[in-house]
Amino acid sequence: MALTKENIIDSIYHQIGLSKSQSRIVVERLLELIKQRLETGEDLLISGFGKFVVNRKSARRGRNPQTTEDLQLRARRVVVFKTSGVLRDKINSDTKDSQ
Amino acid sequence: MNKSQLIEALAKEENLAIKKAEDVVNTVFGDLEKALIRGERVEVRGLGSFKVKTYDGYKGRNPKTGEVIEVAPKKLPFFKVGKELKERVDVD
Repeated sequence: MALTKENIIDSIYHQIGLSKSQSRIVVERLLELIKQRLETGEDLLISGFGKFVVNRKSARRGRNPQTTEDLQLRARRVVVFKTSGVLRDKINSDTKDSQ
Repeated sequence: MNKSQLIEALAKEENLAIKKAEDVVNTVFGDLEKALIRGERVEVRGLGSFKVKTYDGYKGRNPKTGEVIEVAPKKLPFFKVGKELKERVDVD
């Protein structure tokens, strides 16, 4: 079972004292703010959780592994996530419990 | 941008008290964190998905000293960017 946006909206509704529809609007707004920020090329740092970093990749020659056809990949901007050390330790501390 | 700036931006856009916006942001990231600690996948349409990948241990080497060290098995969250965010970030 995966955690989805609906679960997060429910959790806001139950814990924050907003109506269900307000909870939905606020969660959507938060996600939109995150996307807007990354869209400008700016990183987003969530202490204790991790950071979303926008990396610029330069153009390179690639190959379609199926057809082995050579192709030119243009310069791109990509988002990568780097986990905070705090979260990484939490995920690894209960290795025995979850397996 | 850091978490407090994100909280301020959310408070302003949605006319929320700072404390409330802070609770919202902490709840959202708290939920993500709890799911990842449980080893559960997270899927947020438009933003992306997270899953915890397990890496085997291996024998590594300290590149400076050449000393052989045992690297323990570990789990790390892996973020796969969602279609919408991927396209929006990849401008010019």
